[in-house]
Amino acid sequence: MTRRPSRRARVAQWVLLGVVVAVVWFLGSIAAATSARRHGPLSFAYLADPTNFDIPFRLIPWTIGDSYGRALLVCVLNTLLVSAMSIVAATLLGLLVGVMRLSTNWLVRNIALGFIELVRNTPQLVQIIFWYVAVLETLPGPRQSIRLPFGALLNIRGLYLPSFIANDLATALWPLALVLLLAVPFVWRVPFRDFPLGVKSFLLVPLAVLAFVAGIDHTDLPAMQGFNIAGGVQVVPELVALWAGLSIYASAFIAEIVRAAILSVHKGQREAALSLGLRPRQVLSKIVLPQALRVMVPPTTSQYLNIIKSSSLGAAIAYPELYEIFAGTAMMQSNREIESIALLMGVFLSINLVVSAFMNWYNHRIVLVGR
Amino acid sequence: MSLMRVGLAACGLAFAGFLACTDIAVAQDSLKSPTMDAIKKRDQLICGVDTGIPGYAFQDSKGEWQGLDVAYCRAIADALLGSPTKVKFIGTTSKVRFSVLASGEIDVLIRDSELTFVRNTQLGLDEPAYNFYTAQTFMVRKSLNVTHAKELNGATICLLTGTTLETNIADYNRANGITIKTLLFDKPEEAFAAADAGRCDGYTDDGGSVAAARSTMKKPDDWMFIPETIGGLQPIGPYTRLGDQGWSRLVHWVQNAMIEGELMGVTKANVDQMKASTKDPEMRRYLGLEGGFGVLLGVDNDWAYRIAKDIGNYGEVYEAYFGAQGLGLPRGMNNVYSKGGLFVTQSWH
Repeated sequence: MTRRPSRRARVAQWVLLGVVVAVVWFLGSIAAATSARRHGPLSFAYLADPTNFDIPFRLIPWTIGDSYGRALLVCVLNTLLVSAMSIVAATLLGLLVGVMRLSTNWLVRNIALGFIELVRNTPQLVQIIFWYVAVLETLPGPRQSIRLPFGALLNIRGLYLPSFIANDLATALWPLALVLLLAVPFVWRVPFRDFPLGVKSFLLVPLAVLAFVAGIDHTDLPAMQGFNIAGGVQVVPELVALWAGLSIYASAFIAEIVRAAILSVHKGQREAALSLGLRPRQVLSKIVLPQALRVMVPPTTSQYLNIIKSSSLGAAIAYPELYEIFAGTAMMQSNREIESIALLMGVFLSINLVVSAFMNWYNHRIVLVGR
Repeated sequence: MSLMRVGLAACGLAFAGFLACTDIAVAQDSLKSPTMDAIKKRDQLICGVDTGIPGYAFQDSKGEWQGLDVAYCRAIADALLGSPTKVKFIGTTSKVRFSVLASGEIDVLIRDSELTFVRNTQLGLDEPAYNFYTAQTFMVRKSLNVTHAKELNGATICLLTGTTLETNIADYNRANGITIKTLLFDKPEEAFAAADAGRCDGYTDDGGSVAAARSTMKKPDDWMFIPETIGGLQPIGPYTRLGDQGWSRLVHWVQNAMIEGELMGVTKANVDQMKASTKDPEMRRYLGLEGGFGVLLGVDNDWAYRIAKDIGNYGEVYEAYFGAQGLGLPRGMNNVYSKGGLFVTQSWH
């Protein structure tokens, strides 16, 4: 039962709200007036203006002279790419370290402990720069590239993978391959003679591969040309260093969440499972983790949100994400500081709200149903 | 009751904000120099400089600020407050420098910033003097055998974000139909490290900064400057807020005083002797012996003498940071006009 707040407390709350609104309104009006004095009223029309800068790494085509709006899109995609990669890696690594932390083996347990304490207690920016310098210092120059299987090359400029050039049929075949892959979990559940199809659904995978290969005209192999490697797809070291910096840092926190969640599952559950004859691995995967998951989801959500926000630290190591390009170069060239920062905040807010809405939905779905 | 306390604190904050705002409004209405008044009141100049780049502004092993831009800040403080040590230095990144100045957090920005049309007009900033002339220079490894900027087609160049350098490269690419790729860093330290490790084929900035970058490389001799520069001549100088002529005028004349000192041969070492014996009317006005020129500027009459004594003339400062004792950059156009350079000054009468 919640106690009704006293009359005095309610008055104080309303006064506080009023003051907060007044302060925000006051600061906002100063910002608008300053902006108006410096370059006319707030306006986002500049998003349609042509730019005059290059974006060194992008997922969609970009040429100097494209609009600021497209620059925003390129940067959003770069931010989303590194965030998504980091969330996946941090979750897997965090789960592994969290389980290791509870191992009965002294060495395994303490390696996990050491990892967590080292990573948790050093600044994230320092870690990101460390990974960047570590990556750069160990890789050879473009002329001494390390040759990898399938024509891939690795050097200080990045990892160069062969790319596939589409033929005429690819517009139909490549989406088909994607649909076939996405269909696997659904086909898995299709009943066949009273049982779900299960593993047989994996037959779709070779079909998808076949459809993909049929859409390839030829492969473009990376090769040295002039100063740099030309051809293929380039994965820049900035992306790799930022990915490592974000996911390793977050994984230490997720590991502790995993450990706490596993410990929160009552001892009796484990004992009951063991007495039913389940093996330790089955106890973990079928009894403990599913129950621990419910405890894990809310705190892990905030770690995911942290990863997305921290991706802006990529500016320090030249990864062209939102903060670096859109609140840097684009802001400087357009001289629209307030608008650029407002857009930046709006984009981060939207991404994070979508992620937390999804995680809340997921949390709601798996929540323990009381009987 | 903690909620009450938070409410009270918020009220106080709003009131303080209101006061600060009226203060600004009143100050802007007065015809005197509000910036100079504020500096005198706090007895300290707040000067925006680089976060740390040899030549222009850096901290030495004792943590003391050094450099051409730093000497300029100290000279202004010396003129206005009577001591070159009454300065607080704020390191600013290229991205935030103009916002920091516009917001009033610093009094003057002396941060090897190029003086441009848009910054003067759209950003509403004043550009009262020139203290360095340069052009955008490329530094590459000698082993690449590049002799002209056009040969950089396909090369990746490291540089700082939020600068005119990117615009120049984009313009150069479009004008010549080539592609020079860029890798943009927030701060010089990481950009230097990436260039040194070989992540980029070269580094670009204004000539002075590139000389500074070369001095931080593991093997400076492996690097060379491409003789051809892009973006035309870049005059570099201090920025103040438009609308405070009194303050901009002082910043302008401090630079003039350092040039005038060099033209007349007044140095740190001989200024006292000159003051005691000179009969040259221009030098007597310069050293405050006649004319009362300091008062016209809003400072005392010994201001230029103090600069000559404590800081030295422009040539001495250049030698210390960019010359033989510093980065080893020839003076070239950064010399006084009588020795073939670009620096001139208005007559001292």
